[in-house]
Amino acid sequence: MSLRAAFAAGRFAVTAEIGPPRGADPDAITRKAELLRGWVDAANVTDNQGAHVRMSSLAGSVLAMRAGVEPVMQLTCRDRNRIALQSDLVSAGALGIPNVLLLSGDHPRFGDHPDAAPVFDLDSTQLVATARTMRDEGVLASGREIGARPGWLVGAVENPFAPPRSFRARRLAKKVAAGAEFVQTQYVFDVEVFAAWLARLRDLGVTEKCKVLAGVGPIRSLRVCEFLRSGVPGIHVPDEAERRLRGVPAARVAEEGVSMCVETIQRVAAVPGVAGVHVMAFGYERGVPEILERAGIAPQPAVSMEGLGHAG
Amino acid sequence: MTNDARPRPFRPRLGARLGYALHAGLAANPLYARLAAWLERRPRAYRAFTAAERVTKQELFGCRMCGQCALPATGYTCPMTCPKQLRNGPCGGVSPTGGCEVYPELTCVWVVAIERAEAAGHGTDLDLLHRPIDQRLREQSSWVNYWQGRDDDLWTSAPLLRRELGLQPVGKR
Repeated sequence: MSLRAAFAAGRFAVTAEIGPPRGADPDAITRKAELLRGWVDAANVTDNQGAHVRMSSLAGSVLAMRAGVEPVMQLTCRDRNRIALQSDLVSAGALGIPNVLLLSGDHPRFGDHPDAAPVFDLDSTQLVATARTMRDEGVLASGREIGARPGWLVGAVENPFAPPRSFRARRLAKKVAAGAEFVQTQYVFDVEVFAAWLARLRDLGVTEKCKVLAGVGPIRSLRVCEFLRSGVPGIHVPDEAERRLRGVPAARVAEEGVSMCVETIQRVAAVPGVAGVHVMAFGYERGVPEILERAGIAPQPAVSMEGLGHAG
Repeated sequence: MTNDARPRPFRPRLGARLGYALHAGLAANPLYARLAAWLERRPRAYRAFTAAERVTKQELFGCRMCGQCALPATGYTCPMTCPKQLRNGPCGGVSPTGGCEVYPELTCVWVVAIERAEAAGHGTDLDLLHRPIDQRLREQSSWVNYWQGRDDDLWTSAPLLRRELGLQPVGKR
């Protein structure tokens, strides 16, 4: 099944993440895709994540498709002006990539090329509007017509936990007004804050226009917990979660983190308006099936490669 | 890093209410339109006028001279001082204390913008959708551009977020 089909059927959707390699090894994508195949509706292919140079998300998406996993191609505003962004969107359409996820992107300052030019010609909301106009009206930002229209679904991201929290639902509403059809959130470790944000989205009428996938992932060590708490912008790990991980013997932290992730999936799935989960398990792709199985989410029917690329 | 010329968050030195009040004195009218047209015909006068605008707005708002001023819609807080130059609201990297993702010791410009706009009774401005900027206008006088009517299309005319209005895609120009 594809992400589009899951949304259309109202079935609980599951996406995961594939980070492309630094080198030119196509098998690095294939290996991760094989771990996820059959368990997810689609997998994000990240775009030079953390402003570190990697294989492009366009190439990674094609390799994921060859390996039988439907990609969600991430595309950031950090490295491309509006010409390059629209070119990559057209290319994604031509290659049959069924979903794109449009975001601002991490600033180069903390990447592996801090001396690089941060482009940010468009912001993420403007990129979403540009993409929807290309697909639905068949025109570029310049007003020029394109021939064949791309068919991808348009996704966006939001972080319900970052200040100013009172504005986070309105910010997503802007992206949805601009044309976003689905959204993936930052890691949810605090389900109450997430549920309050979602209630606000329902009030604004956003959930009627946009599918919300809650971001989840296991914290498998105290070191990672500390890193997420202090080293990664925009991630909110509540004290309670940290206490729980510290409360078990060192040898059982990984297991406890996985259990917490399973419980979070079950709790967010019960929040009205949630359309699915986005599982981020960097370096632990092999654990995704177990997490989903324990959360009570059945494997997905195999992807039909013939269907890919003709969804729009 | 202190000499990094790239944008960094700037906390305005002028109160938001005063900004809205001053805007009334700068609002476009036929006289200003004629002055703007006159300035554009006289390169030296235009340069002097633009330099005065630059000095004033840099001092008060950290102006980056994008030439298409967003201040009236952002609580008089310049979004071009955001390291990502986001014109539609804060990114997801704001720290728990409201710090900028890129310069954690500085407060996110959008956190400041939202506080200022809401305190001045202009909170609904934040729902406006800002269109991509025209990079050709950089280093130009935004006042001249505004008085000439070139700013009319910078953002959508009404917030589209209330349920009764629906959420219509607004890719149209």
